[in-house]
Amino acid sequence: MLVGKSVEVAVSLPSEREIAFTCRFQRRARLLFEAWTTPEHLRQWWGCEGSSVTHCAIDLRAGGSWSLVMRMPDGSEHPFHGRYREIVRPERLVYTECYEMPQFGNPEWLTTVTFEEDPEGTLVTHTIQHKSREVRDAHLQAGMEQGMVQTLTRLNDHTAAME
Amino acid sequence: MTYELSATFAALSDPTRLGILARLSQGELSVKELSEPFSISPPSMTKHLKVLERAGLISRSRDAQKRPCRLESAPLREVDKWLDQYRRSWEHRMNRLDEYLGQLETKGGSKHARRKKR
Repeated sequence: MLVGKSVEVAVSLPSEREIAFTCRFQRRARLLFEAWTTPEHLRQWWGCEGSSVTHCAIDLRAGGSWSLVMRMPDGSEHPFHGRYREIVRPERLVYTECYEMPQFGNPEWLTTVTFEEDPEGTLVTHTIQHKSREVRDAHLQAGMEQGMVQTLTRLNDHTAAME
Repeated sequence: MTYELSATFAALSDPTRLGILARLSQGELSVKELSEPFSISPPSMTKHLKVLERAGLISRSRDAQKRPCRLESAPLREVDKWLDQYRRSWEHRMNRLDEYLGQLETKGGSKHARRKKR
């Protein structure tokens, strides 16, 4: 197997309600799209460091629902669910996403993933759009807490680059 | 001191304000100096500066006549921490995806072969 350069992610804030990231793969869009929309594949890579996917169901059609449960190394389970709004194979996916955590107000957002293939590979852009400021606050809060834990436990460090 | 992250994000989500912060990262500047590269009216500039000041991203000296603007890095560090966390988490996931696709390719022949540069 060819060992490629690791995939680098660049984060940006396109608007007040959005957070986006882009990354480039030396892979075909078709393959990335499949990995993003098939439970069998998704289980293999989805999740935070050290986590695993204990449940994943996908009804891949506009209006179809999906659900996923992520199990963290501390044993806690984090359920997510949502509905597909747009499916343009293998270029574009739009789906709602709800994080079932009452303590954070069950935040819900809209995720858009685009896969743009060119001769070099595929550019993936993932954008989440929050419904409101309150919901986003909850997300940010959750991220900050998790960030602190991970900062303490993480060994492989990357250089922060926010410009 | 903790900053309201969402207020920081709101203040940052504007190209002019980002430009202002970028210029201030080189050092203190008066409002006049700061306005030069931007083709916007003075009232609009004042509005942008107020948003940045309220979010704690800049401070303006009280005494000096020119009241130069200065970048305050504390809220940016909070944002950086959060964005970096977000970036790392997705970078981890994307690398896992890439590795997994590499394994599939090895197992399943080269139909979906990684694109080779020639």
